[in-house]
Amino acid sequence: MAEESKGSKMSRRKFVKNSGYVAGGLIGGGLIGSVFGASFGGSGTKQPAAPTVKEEENFNQALMYFTRHADFNTLGAVTERIFPEDDNGPGALALGVPYFIDHQLAGAYGNNDKEYMQGPFRKGTPFQGYQSALKRHEIFMQGIRALEQESQNDYKESFIDLEGEQQDKILQKFENDEVKLKGVASSEFFKMLRASTLAGAYADPLYGGNDKMRGWKMKEYPGSQMSYTDKIEDESFIEMEPKALNDHL
Amino acid sequence: MAKKLDKVDVVTVGVGWTGGIIAAELTKEGYKVVGLERGGDRGTEDFHMVHDEYRYAVRYGLMQDTSKETITFRNKRDEHALPMRQLGSFLLGEGVGGAGDHWNGHTWRFLPYDLEIKSETDKKYGKDKLSDDYTLQDWGITYDELEPYFYKFEQTTGISGEENPMGAPRKNDYPTGPMKSTPILDRFKKAAKNLNLHPIQMASANLSEAYENPDGETINACQYCGFCERFGCEYGAKSSPNITVLPTAKKTGNFELRPDSNVVEVLHNDGKATGVLYVDVQTGEEFEQPADVVILTSYVLNNTRLLLQSEIGKPYNPETGKGVIGKNYCYQIGGGATGFFENEKFNTFMGAGSLGATVDDYNGDNFDHKALDFIHGGSLSITQTGRRPIESNPVPKGTPSWGKDFKEQSLHYFNRSLSVGAQGASMPHRNNYLSLDENYKDAYGNPLLKLTYDFTEQDRNLHRYLSEKAGEILKEMGADHVDVREISEHYDIVPYQTTHNTGGVIMGADPETSAVNNYSQMWEVDNLFVVGASAFAHNGGYNPTGTVGALAYRAAEGIIKFLDEGGQLVQVSKNSQHV
Repeated sequence: MAEESKGSKMSRRKFVKNSGYVAGGLIGGGLIGSVFGASFGGSGTKQPAAPTVKEEENFNQALMYFTRHADFNTLGAVTERIFPEDDNGPGALALGVPYFIDHQLAGAYGNNDKEYMQGPFRKGTPFQGYQSALKRHEIFMQGIRALEQESQNDYKESFIDLEGEQQDKILQKFENDEVKLKGVASSEFFKMLRASTLAGAYADPLYGGNDKMRGWKMKEYPGSQMSYTDKIEDESFIEMEPKALNDHL
Repeated sequence: MAKKLDKVDVVTVGVGWTGGIIAAELTKEGYKVVGLERGGDRGTEDFHMVHDEYRYAVRYGLMQDTSKETITFRNKRDEHALPMRQLGSFLLGEGVGGAGDHWNGHTWRFLPYDLEIKSETDKKYGKDKLSDDYTLQDWGITYDELEPYFYKFEQTTGISGEENPMGAPRKNDYPTGPMKSTPILDRFKKAAKNLNLHPIQMASANLSEAYENPDGETINACQYCGFCERFGCEYGAKSSPNITVLPTAKKTGNFELRPDSNVVEVLHNDGKATGVLYVDVQTGEEFEQPADVVILTSYVLNNTRLLLQSEIGKPYNPETGKGVIGKNYCYQIGGGATGFFENEKFNTFMGAGSLGATVDDYNGDNFDHKALDFIHGGSLSITQTGRRPIESNPVPKGTPSWGKDFKEQSLHYFNRSLSVGAQGASMPHRNNYLSLDENYKDAYGNPLLKLTYDFTEQDRNLHRYLSEKAGEILKEMGADHVDVREISEHYDIVPYQTTHNTGGVIMGADPETSAVNNYSQMWEVDNLFVVGASAFAHNGGYNPTGTVGALAYRAAEGIIKFLDEGGQLVQVSKNSQHV
């Protein structure tokens, strides 16, 4: 654990660099703090009680599925490459996408509750779709660790410590089925990773991603408005504050 | 052992549009109807949290639970069929109201040409226009005969629309006027007129105004909130079985709705259906429900599966071309194009399922096919259904699918791109069919249905033609860049295409080549009716629900007649049109 803690500190610097964050910028305290902060590393020393409750403390940002910090950190780094911070606004990390994916993997999505999972399993043609016997959470766990392994193989460094372009090269290997996974094609894993990253960026914030509806704001999408009857005929483009589902309760 | 229940007049298998229509019409006449629905009960009160793309559009909140039941699929007969482990290409419904809850509400009448397609094609283009591999057939009914039933469905659902000069002729106006037009639709209409086409506002089951139907049910006015497709309507403003025919049936006191009841077999003896066997999916208990008339009103796929599983009718054999159950499975050929606009933004996120504009100039036989290598065509529409951010990331071809450039482009074009799409007709082919799978079973131990399907030359040619036409319209609309869609190498079960599956229990005039007559009554079993798009002998160039509704009203009339007089309702024609 001590080593991981050290690695995390290293990676924070790289992360900030790769994702274009400016030191002292407006990163929501919860996310980066909890991924890379000292309390996460578990130094064994008891943290002093915070004197005051932090503003906007987000209790949703904890792990339901992942058990190792290293895995969750890799997931964070990879989602940020898929959906990076740029001039338009926040990337996957700042939007809370890794928490979204973690929470999804713990539930019906990760456990394939609504998928036909009876055997026999066999490889199909590319037109017959997903045929793995593995559940999504198993595919993610395996895939995330394979990302780290590829990084070690190719660069002798942890995935989170690579430069962005190096990370992309590894991701491309997964996308192009150049990495061997057990029981599933690496491209299938990549497709799930991509789809769940976009879902985390743009799903209603109730799921833990799309932090403060900033994914929607970037896309000029106003969320779930109740009615556009008085606007639907307008000639001009309409900008409005988005609304989320908690507005409907 | 199954517990045997008291006999009823009529039992329906499935409670969506067709089951609902049958229930309403028969209970009004005083008959006792039991509706068995494998999914749960639901209605407008369940839709207050429905503006949730992730839950409903991505995770398929209202759709079939494939852990219990799915299909197997292969492109060709020499391939090994494998289960469709998750929904993709089409989204099957489940629960009271069925797909009638989460449809968009596009409501069309198939063209007169569709119903007599074999005769009309032969007459105009000769018998060799398509090869013998295409099992094209007339439907055993003409448009004029079906016209009153189309209107009946439109009255029940309050359809909002306007006259269509290129569409099927109407004897009455739509019950309500067209929906509001928008800058997006106006742009399409103007461009289409410039190209000498005949644009109209799409006929819609999202109503332009509050409406009371002839049964006294009220449908509210659409709010254009952008959550129709894959969602239920929290306003009761999208016509669904739950707010029209089901309350009508319930009011009579003659209807019993039994949700969570999955029918596994149609019971029959000496050519007569005696009832159905079903499982209470919550307890696992089996029940036998005897009935004078059994009506299959589930989706296309389950109507076919239940007949095959119950050994009713002759299964279709692709080797010999003989047999009928599973024959003429068709889909829809979805060509189209996307236009990218650099300097304009549109309110793409607003809308309604059927808020759209359409041209029928390239549909049916509205244009000459002599010099073309396909028959039929499709409607071309622009729709403003309410663009959703997770799954809508329009980018020009060649853009990477992730990373910095993807993010930049997909944000830029979310409100700066528009698509024109085709509902391309699908012609039957001898190698496209439904049968029972030998290897995979559902949660109740019964074989899954097996789909063998691939695109044909006809499909490819039609797709190319319609996609190019869609591209021309977008250019005329002022798009700076247009990407025209291409058909995939083979039909792919993964990406969503359309939930317009048809065939398997087709209607016609001849028992040798069709399974049901034009009242949807089985030729082989007089007291068994099979209602829905399973009866389509091919798929036309429109969304199917309007035609499904018409056939259901026609079937309801037939069932009432049968309960009164018995026997076959249609005399077999010796000179029927078939290959």
